Amino acid sequence: MSGPTGSGQNLWSGVLLGVGVVAFVDEAVFHQILHWHHFYDRSTPAAGLVSDGIFHAFGWFATVAALFLFADLRRSGRLHWSRWSGGILLGAGFFQLYDGTVQHKLFGLHQIRYGVDLLGYDLTWNIVALLLIAAGAVLLLRARRVAAGGRPLPSVASRA
Amino acid sequence: MHNHGGGISLVEVSSFGLLAAIACYVFAALRRSPRGRWPTHRILLWIAGCLVTALSVQAATANHDDFAGHALAHVGLGMLAPVLLMLSAPVRLALRSLSAVPARRLARLLRSRPVRFLTHPIPAAVLNLGGLWLVYSGGLYASMHTNGLLFVVVHTHIFVSGYLFSVSIAGVDPNPHRAPFATRAIVLSVVMAGHSILSKYLYANPPADVPAASAEAGSMVMYYGGDAASVVLVVLLCAAWYRDVGRRRGRSAASRQPSTV
Repeated sequence: MSGPTGSGQNLWSGVLLGVGVVAFVDEAVFHQILHWHHFYDRSTPAAGLVSDGIFHAFGWFATVAALFLFADLRRSGRLHWSRWSGGILLGAGFFQLYDGTVQHKLFGLHQIRYGVDLLGYDLTWNIVALLLIAAGAVLLLRARRVAAGGRPLPSVASRA
Repeated sequence: MHNHGGGISLVEVSSFGLLAAIACYVFAALRRSPRGRWPTHRILLWIAGCLVTALSVQAATANHDDFAGHALAHVGLGMLAPVLLMLSAPVRLALRSLSAVPARRLARLLRSRPVRFLTHPIPAAVLNLGGLWLVYSGGLYASMHTNGLLFVVVHTHIFVSGYLFSVSIAGVDPNPHRAPFATRAIVLSVVMAGHSILSKYLYANPPADVPAASAEAGSMVMYYGGDAASVVLVVLLCAAWYRDVGRRRGRSAASRQPSTV
């Protein structure tokens, strides 16, 4: 994880932060500001409650750990911005997809909104998740190509 | 505990004990020592921890019917106060203040098998979270309000297990057998999850005799208050990791290039 190039640490710091940020946005925006979701709608089966509790705790832990990993990357000069931000998008997308499919649909933890036709909301939720994953994958692949090609931005370097 | 005419109340006993604890700590901290001055922030943390404990005991005894007040008292007594007290490094202070023989005895006690067991994250977590589940979903909540002794035992357990848990996760006192970072991280996450699951469970299934509105308010206090206290532990744990990694890297860099500055 803390290898000499820090590529794993860059990715993990990003993924953890992505998961943490989505967990926060979900809790702050949808639960507390919009009141679309409920704190607990009482119809949740036990598995859903456990899954929610684990991800709630993991969201907190992930955010804090990601920031300390990030600080360590910066201090040792191994921070790779595009790898790190690719990780954020990937983590955010996967968590959003998990929330939108497993937690909302399979476990029935709660729905996105109550008293409306859900299809549009569910589709938007999960399509946003897929777009985040795709964007993250593109960034990571680019970061890998740059790393394989040696120096970043060779065109600029050759012109100079 | 209930007011039982004539005798002294639990609040009085605990307040007296906590004042004595503050006095002992401050006395030891301000004494001249060959090892330099004891940091002021640790003194302040100890005093704050004792005050939070006193306020929590008061709140717990005052609010028999108010579940939210009770939840707040438990967050204070079982989570916030232990973290504050643990950060003031009372064992380190005791080791340097005691004369040689008792200090050695204390050090031997800390290395003993029972202390090692109780300050390992897993037993500490089981005691901590297990106690909470027993109290709130196992029916102890109702009976501890009619039985004074049970009340004292439950609250002492909440406080002591909270202290052991904070020490096992992010203790600053000397600990010759500290568990690896991964163990502490996983156990802390599991306890945070268990705490939030219990809070939501209580939201829908309150203990006997607790009205629904009071149970909802109380379980939300427990959920968010528990989060706040746990996040402090997460930050302390990750900060310890950050420090260790930095130190290790510094050491290995120094050993690789002994000739350079």
